[in-house]
Amino acid sequence: MTPAMKILTFQASALAVGTLMIATVADMAKAAPPPAAAVQIANFTFKNPVVTVKPGTTVTWTNADDIPHTVVSKDGLFRSKVLDSGDRFSFTFAKPGQFGYFCSIHPHMTGMVIVKA
Amino acid sequence: MTDDLDNDRRGFLKCMAWAGTGALFAFDGGIGSSIGLDSALAAPLKRASAQPFTFAQISDSHIGFNKPPNADARATFREAIAKVKALPNRPDFVIHTGDVSQLSRDDQFDDAEQMLKELGLPVFFVPGEHDMLDENGGKAFLNRFGKGSKGAGWYSFDHRGVHFVALVNVADLKPGGMGNLGAEQIKWLGADLAGRPSSQPIVVFAHIPLWTVYADWGWGTDDSAQALKLLARFGSVTVLNGHIHQITQKIEGRVAFHTARSTAFPQPAPGTAPSPGPLKVPSEQLHSMLGITDALFVRGHDRIALIDSTLTA
Repeated sequence: MTPAMKILTFQASALAVGTLMIATVADMAKAAPPPAAAVQIANFTFKNPVVTVKPGTTVTWTNADDIPHTVVSKDGLFRSKVLDSGDRFSFTFAKPGQFGYFCSIHPHMTGMVIVKA
Repeated sequence: MTDDLDNDRRGFLKCMAWAGTGALFAFDGGIGSSIGLDSALAAPLKRASAQPFTFAQISDSHIGFNKPPNADARATFREAIAKVKALPNRPDFVIHTGDVSQLSRDDQFDDAEQMLKELGLPVFFVPGEHDMLDENGGKAFLNRFGKGSKGAGWYSFDHRGVHFVALVNVADLKPGGMGNLGAEQIKWLGADLAGRPSSQPIVVFAHIPLWTVYADWGWGTDDSAQALKLLARFGSVTVLNGHIHQITQKIEGRVAFHTARSTAFPQPAPGTAPSPGPLKVPSEQLHSMLGITDALFVRGHDRIALIDSTLTA
């Protein structure tokens, strides 16, 4: 084998290994759960009224009260149906920003999702 | 319908052995007869007569509610209706001050409507926030119970010289706020009251209290002061609300405020619990928590008696 061929072989090997690594990383990313956050609704409050998440995070609200509630964004971005006891509502926040929301049935209940990279 | 009413108010009050979940009201003055919403809205103003009449208030039936402390809100609503039917003096009509349903479902509204038909009386409604939960934000309620009303369901009518105003303070609620009437409705109220003599008794009914009972729980109406300002010149104003599932009352100047009990479940007194959620009383206490306080208002020339009672036999 000439030195030139050796170098070529090495480059090919490195390329193969590199490709494998990229594929592995991609597979790992695919396997990891998407970013998520949870907000409990209890005692007529959003228990964690301010949550800070990264873009792409799915926030899930769960109504743990005996009384129905809703989750409605102040700027119209999202609006749940009425959530009876145990019902859930999810919304995925794609872009950074501050997203205030409230319960349209009990409007003194307010919360905020802060999305930043 | 009103022939059996006693002309003598005192005698009338004596025999008001009312036992319902709401309140029974008696007025002096006025002529006319009880009518449904459609014809009431079309009726001309009728005033001045000595004949008393009564009407009943029921509230917060929450048809569909089935959790502690009440596994069957339909059953207790049926009991409340039976109490109204058993009144010694048949009321001219009934008002329902909202939260007819738990979740604005058609079957819940329909059950309420069918049960109320057993009364054989006109029923006048205002929506509560639980009646606004259909996909169209209250259309299901209005289509069934609000025919002929304006905006989100407000209207007025006259009965025997008394002017009744039904207000809606559960529509288009604002983040961080309480109940809300909105500029359009307040403008309508101003026009509705304009030209009426200040001596005409006024009854205003709405779901959420029109005064601030407890702001931390949203038990009030943000812009009610504007409505009350329009009512200030009248000599007799009675404000009837529900929403808080307990009796509270206040008299401010010539305005008497009163909230009725629920027919479904009690709620805690302001600030006495972590939240305004249902008060989970033992089943043997439930019926007494759906009523017990008697109240009697005596007002100048247009006295209004309110007598609250419970579902206990």
